[in-house]
Amino acid sequence: MKFGTETVALSLFAFAALVAAGFGVDEPFRQHMWVLFIVLLGFIAILLRKTSFAPAARIDPSAYMDGPIRYGAIATMFWGVVGMLVGVVIALQLAYPDLNIQPWFNFGRLRPLHTSGVVFAFGGNALLCTSMYVVQRTCRARLFGGNLAWFVFWGYQLFIVMAATGYLLGITESREYAEPEWYVDIWLTIVWVAYLLLFLGTILKRKEPHIYVANWFYLSFIVTIAMLHVVNNLSMPASFLGSKSYSAFSGVQDALTQWWYGHNAVGFFLTAGFLGMMYYFVPKQANRPVYSYRLSIIHFWALIFLYIWAGPHHLHYTALPDWAQTLGMVFSIMLWMPSWGGMINGLMTLSGAWDKIRTDPIIRMMVIAIAFYGMSTFEGPMMSIKSVNSLSHYTDWTIGHVHSGALGWVGMISFGAIYYMVPKLWNRERLYSLRLVTWHFWLATLGIVVYAAVMWVSGIMQGLMWREYDEQGFLVYSFAETVAAMHPYYVMRAIGGAMYLSGALIMAWNITMTILGHQRQEQPLPGSVPALQPAQ
Amino acid sequence: MSTEHIDDVSGISTTGHEWDGIRELNNPLPRWWVITFYITIAWAIGYTIAYPAWPMLSSATSGLLGYSSRNDVKNELAAAELAKGKYVAAIQSKTVSEIAADDALREFAVAAGGATFKVNCVQCHGSGAQGSKGFPNLNDDDWLWGGKADQIQQTITHGIRFASDPDTRISEMPGFGDIITPEQITQVSAYVASLSGKVQDASLIEPGAKVFAENCVACHGANAKGNREFGAPDLTDAIWLYGSGEAAIAAQVRAPKHGVMPAWIDRLGETKVKELAVYVHSLGGGE
Repeated sequence: MKFGTETVALSLFAFAALVAAGFGVDEPFRQHMWVLFIVLLGFIAILLRKTSFAPAARIDPSAYMDGPIRYGAIATMFWGVVGMLVGVVIALQLAYPDLNIQPWFNFGRLRPLHTSGVVFAFGGNALLCTSMYVVQRTCRARLFGGNLAWFVFWGYQLFIVMAATGYLLGITESREYAEPEWYVDIWLTIVWVAYLLLFLGTILKRKEPHIYVANWFYLSFIVTIAMLHVVNNLSMPASFLGSKSYSAFSGVQDALTQWWYGHNAVGFFLTAGFLGMMYYFVPKQANRPVYSYRLSIIHFWALIFLYIWAGPHHLHYTALPDWAQTLGMVFSIMLWMPSWGGMINGLMTLSGAWDKIRTDPIIRMMVIAIAFYGMSTFEGPMMSIKSVNSLSHYTDWTIGHVHSGALGWVGMISFGAIYYMVPKLWNRERLYSLRLVTWHFWLATLGIVVYAAVMWVSGIMQGLMWREYDEQGFLVYSFAETVAAMHPYYVMRAIGGAMYLSGALIMAWNITMTILGHQRQEQPLPGSVPALQPAQ
Repeated sequence: MSTEHIDDVSGISTTGHEWDGIRELNNPLPRWWVITFYITIAWAIGYTIAYPAWPMLSSATSGLLGYSSRNDVKNELAAAELAKGKYVAAIQSKTVSEIAADDALREFAVAAGGATFKVNCVQCHGSGAQGSKGFPNLNDDDWLWGGKADQIQQTITHGIRFASDPDTRISEMPGFGDIITPEQITQVSAYVASLSGKVQDASLIEPGAKVFAENCVACHGANAKGNREFGAPDLTDAIWLYGSGEAAIAAQVRAPKHGVMPAWIDRLGETKVKELAVYVHSLGGGE
């Protein structure tokens, strides 16, 4: 019977959730277990509908397994729109505090929903599906482990749903980018180890003699995230039927562990993983060889060696000992060139194909992604310098920096990869509309420019106002006055974010129509087709 | 498969490998990239020699420059203390009236009190000390408990109706809803309103004056000018803490609201309270 074991296992799991919902020691935990129970019932219903007693069809072991990738592309789009929408909502909440709806939709609960939504749900699904796409094609091997890829895909979605509903119920560890409580953490660990097995297994059965550079980056991302996640989340539950746990670390050790994790979530999730994406999709879309093999080796090893030490720069001028602050800063400075190695390799891959920036909106999207990558990997080391940090820390400048990386680099390279993959995954001749890609490109780019520029201005203003003294040595502004001064910038930031979101909605429409098999009848983009000459 | 292959466009050889159609050119590392990378490494090494950096068995290297962020803070604070020290010592040794009379000291105290005010007082009294319903305006010359610098100091030090401070300023107007008739309340409200403005029904004023004379003069005085001993407000100056007009006055007569201000002495200390008193005194209404 197809899915027999899976259905039984899920039913047991659902029963355990029901028991926990009944005997949980705190109200949020019981509610959360009800959510889990209902979600699992949904899974079981889907499996039962798909059950068949016919003998399993033989699977061609040489064919690529693209089912989970198709689902992953759709999930990326879906979570992207959700995460960005929540981002616009919380941007508006900062500008207009009356929009805080208590208790589920206040800023404190929606903020982690936004960060986890865009980083782990949108970015994570983009990495999951592109890595499965890339590893099969560059290894010429089907994904390892039968239905393991399906487990990884659905297991990850379950993690996202549990994390997101937990935030709204007020369940949090209060660790930035690691807010889910202990039981959700354990589930992610299981899924992540399965992902590692899936990826490693596929690489081990490759038919190519060498491992392609994109796969080094993907593998470093998977391995390091496993380590970061496990160590940072070491904690003791107050009850095994409750939603509260206590960290294994305390005080400044806890802060350092958290920022070692937090910074490397940026380094290995948002940088290394997406560099893997870039190393496959840019050469494919440009149809050009990668610029330099040697550069790819050197910058890969330099990047992963240096990144892991840079976390303490989040704790400048705190209780963290001076020596650790110094090391965090100098490792961040040394990281500048290794980061730029990826930018050089990405941009120079276009040499011989620069005209495509004019003619191919997907290439344009990838190029702007690499440009923003270069800009934010320069800005990051600069902000890690202690004297710069003393002005920038705790201000909106940091938020602007993160978003030029997240919207500019992570978002745009993912959009480019999805635009590339979708027609191939569904065997469509082309996208529904290239003109809509152009619209998406300009809306997103202008949105980022507005967002980042506004946050620079407001962040620097905020930092200067905080530190302004009068000639008698007294602070000129109270905190509330600095908040009031931010209002116009908060409004403009929300507008920038809304532009970016509207670009993503256009993309969702374009992708949906492509999947449904439609092609928009439209004028080809200028330059994309050589003009026909009339016969003489 | 590793085979010799030259890229047509650039004329550069590739590494010979191919993955799903992707090849890699055998370009060298860009020189500027290598040099810049080396410079950052050299700088990093130099910086870690100059500043505290390398962890050893029981402590870390302290750096040639002898830098320590804790010492930095200590020195900056000491320098700030030193710069302010002369003034602070004078403020500690003098009374608020003396401070207010000395130009240089007053200037310092107003700056210091202003900074304290922004953080601690604006939540109730407003960013311009303009007050709002239930919270007095501190810019005008209408004072419930006195507008001399030492009276303001007393108010800030011990607060108003702040139960945990035995020296707090206390007054409590009874709720006249249980003492006089509703009709009398209407009359006395009209009378009080008439002291600083017009009323709708002038025939209420006279009986109202009688009610006032029988019930209110003990605290508010025969001329209704109030009494700062009990914090009884002046009812003739058209300044209203809980709203103007007969209806608002009637509500206050029937069941009065009593504001509370905390005692700040434990929170801010004597020097800051003195500075605050001088600042509030300087806002315009100081006596």
